[in-house]
Amino acid sequence: MTTGLIYSIAIAGLIIGWLKDAGKTKHALVIGMRSFVKMLPTLLAVTGLMGIISGAISPETISRYMGPDSGYWAAVIGAFVGSITLIPSIVALPLIGSVYSAGASSTAVAAFITTLNMVGLVTAPLEMEQLGKRYTLVRNGLSFVFALLIAMGMGAILR
Amino acid sequence: MTNEVTSTRGRETAQYANTALDLRAFRPVLVMAVVYAVLWVGWAELAARSLKAFRFSLREVMLIMPGISIIMGLFEVWVPKSMIEKHMGEDSGLKGYVLAFLFGTAPTGPLYGAFPIARGLFEKGAGVGVVTVFLGAWGSAKIPQLMLEAKFMGVKFTITRFILTALGVGVMATIASRVVNRELIFGE
Repeated sequence: MTTGLIYSIAIAGLIIGWLKDAGKTKHALVIGMRSFVKMLPTLLAVTGLMGIISGAISPETISRYMGPDSGYWAAVIGAFVGSITLIPSIVALPLIGSVYSAGASSTAVAAFITTLNMVGLVTAPLEMEQLGKRYTLVRNGLSFVFALLIAMGMGAILR
Repeated sequence: MTNEVTSTRGRETAQYANTALDLRAFRPVLVMAVVYAVLWVGWAELAARSLKAFRFSLREVMLIMPGISIIMGLFEVWVPKSMIEKHMGEDSGLKGYVLAFLFGTAPTGPLYGAFPIARGLFEKGAGVGVVTVFLGAWGSAKIPQLMLEAKFMGVKFTITRFILTALGVGVMATIASRVVNRELIFGE
């Protein structure tokens, strides 16, 4: 569905662009493809890393560490696991939902969901290539800290 | 007309020449291949699981990234720099943040898909804070994802987290814009 939406936007843009100025639109296509090819090595390496992380950290492991008995550190563990894993929401949310209804704290699950969405340690090489090392470090660092703050807020509000 | 076509062709040839890949860029890929080989020898079960996950991720990445790249190319060619500078620049204030937030919620896809678009925004003159809001929204405020979250975590949980995240992203962006100099992003 995601892919469909992305290509609908891309194709609609190409058609509208083509009608307005074919040469310019062709140029856009060349720029896009060139940037894709340039990204390719990093993309492949990052994908390899994604594979290893997903192979090493199974959904079962995640639910075990964030379960009801995981206590005070659950939020930090949740935030950390969310930072290094790359699970699509469609897989992560049902899993986390079941952990939550099994009694995990809202702080832990919120920390996990927030870092999963905003912090990407595995994709950091790609982010550095596109947006620079300093920005990548600052953005991910801030996102991690704010994920913990958001999680604490969740714990306080939903208690 | 003929002239225009010829010049486009010329420009294209020049660009295709630039596309020639530097083989050294593939070093990280080689490293990954070695890691997989080592895993295969020492931890066959983990390697098998990783390989399966790798194939799954590769399919996703290779499906999404060409589309993202096309959108980025269109953005670069069609969106005037002056427009981004004016509405999403360093001094665009709250309006820039709101625009970036809306911009970030519109498309979907994994966060790494947003990096090339964020780069395009930077190149067109968007501010550090604005791009940070854009990435934050892309990650956590997509409507299909929120609906999924509401289904599995409950509406109260989802709304509370959404509001806290939106506020958090705003504060975070303000800090990021103080800490990172826009001009230095491409200077490394």
